[in-house]
Amino acid sequence: MNKPTILIIDDEPQIRRLLEINFVSNGYLVRQAASGKEGLLLAANLIPDIIVLDLGLPDIKGHEVLKVLREWYTKPILILSVQSNENDIIDALDQGANDYLTKPFRVGELMARIRSASRNKTTDETTQILEAGNIEIDLVGRVVKFKGEVLKLTATEYSLLVMLVKNEGKVLTHQFLLKEIWGMSFQAETQYLRVFIAQLRKKIEENPNHPQLIITESGIGYRFQQST
Amino acid sequence: MPTKKKSTATQLIISIVLVVALSALGYVFRKYVDYMAVALILLLAVSTLAILFDIFSVLIAAILSALILNFFFIEPYLNYKINDTESALLFFIYIFIALVNAVLTNRLRKQESKIRDREEKENTIKIYNTLLNSLSHELKTPIATIIGTIDTLKESDTILLPDQRMELLSEIGIASNRLNTQVENLLNMSRLEAGNFQLKTDWTDINELIFIVIRKLPENNTHTVVFDPDEKLPLFKVDRGLVETVLYNLINNAVRYTPVKSTVTIFTGYTDGHLNIKVSDNGKGIPPSEADLIFNKFYRLPNSGTGGSGLGLSIAKGFIEAHHGNISVDNNKSGGAVFTISIPCEISYLKNLKNE
Repeated sequence: MNKPTILIIDDEPQIRRLLEINFVSNGYLVRQAASGKEGLLLAANLIPDIIVLDLGLPDIKGHEVLKVLREWYTKPILILSVQSNENDIIDALDQGANDYLTKPFRVGELMARIRSASRNKTTDETTQILEAGNIEIDLVGRVVKFKGEVLKLTATEYSLLVMLVKNEGKVLTHQFLLKEIWGMSFQAETQYLRVFIAQLRKKIEENPNHPQLIITESGIGYRFQQST
Repeated sequence: MPTKKKSTATQLIISIVLVVALSALGYVFRKYVDYMAVALILLLAVSTLAILFDIFSVLIAAILSALILNFFFIEPYLNYKINDTESALLFFIYIFIALVNAVLTNRLRKQESKIRDREEKENTIKIYNTLLNSLSHELKTPIATIIGTIDTLKESDTILLPDQRMELLSEIGIASNRLNTQVENLLNMSRLEAGNFQLKTDWTDINELIFIVIRKLPENNTHTVVFDPDEKLPLFKVDRGLVETVLYNLINNAVRYTPVKSTVTIFTGYTDGHLNIKVSDNGKGIPPSEADLIFNKFYRLPNSGTGGSGLGLSIAKGFIEAHHGNISVDNNKSGGAVFTISIPCEISYLKNLKNE
């Protein structure tokens, strides 16, 4: 099997080096770009399996690079950003980034995100059954089983869970979820989301106060992940 | 020394009333006192006013005095006439004394404010120096640890036992986290100092937030943090990021500054339009004399040991005040400190509605 390729686009040599060491030792091929221009060029030539993109680039804004990439590149893009730039992160996720990490990050966290991104399976119209850990969703019959038992969910809870599981590993922003589940006019009504996430957690989390499946990304959104 | 300056209108009224009252008194007793005595008394009054008040009121008082003297006390009475050199002189002396006094007083005041400015500047420098000392200590200590430990790892690579290597590596980890916390504090502080940051309020599940904060605390086996969530707690519209930082600082402080085996308990509650959170511990408590001081920038309780910048509580206070809320500290009856925050905000009871 060919080794999957990761393209790193970051202007900080130290960060690139840190990423490279970890990616290589985990069996990935690594290519590096120190600027947005170089990154776009390499991406087009290599068509890597994953792109790690820093938002703070010296030449082109990271968001701009992301936008151009997303015109043709459909594989996972992981965003790196400095802390406390929630809006930057939300914009990037809404522009099609799959995930984000804030500097400083832990290497364990980084590798978990990379693994999750590389198993990013795409679902399409023909998918009938979604499986994630203890959860099995029959999309045709609209039946959810949790540990083999049928789970009683309201219509909204069901839609929310399907949306989360379909996008396993991906961070879904509040606005995205509200728009998809409740409709355009509900984009600011985050209280609905909070309430339904709390209810869903009570039904599928071992301990709703320490969720392992539906993870809160503070100020940004939610991510569904399988407990490891 | 003039304490608080009165408004021009007040100054004017006081000046006129004083001059008129003294003149009236002089007029009543005009049979017993010479007009020169009245002139001197009024002069004294004008001079006194010149020390206390601005030049405008003093000039009015001086002119008024001269006119009254001329009109009521100098022949021909009830008539303005500056017919002899004596009364002309009197008139000009009044104006002159008033002006001289006013100029001198003004100079004095300017000097005073210069001294005050200098004191303020010295104070700022003192605070700045405290900041530099505290900062260089708080930043350089972890940096020194990191550099030193890495040198040790490089140079003594062959003689170190695996356990020792691990220990040194975890020292680097601890130091880096400490550095990160301090930088975070400084960034928050500069956000506050910039003054014009916008609150980003959103509906917040406080129970969830508190659990997130508890999970973020540095690992410890020495203290117990207790939080029993109120399932009926509604949602509150607050700046989630800021409230998270406040709670982290309060709970982390409680863990750090109470003796081993202490318990930190978090309570939530709400009243009409207010979110209330208490962080209570069973440590030694806060001396009442320090209760207000501990929220000051760079203030640290005496004997609180090293490793702390004195920024955490002042950031907490700043973030709560940005919400127009209130933060205070009290002592438990049974001992230990209780920090209470109260934030006015919108409340959503949607959470308690039946599922759709």
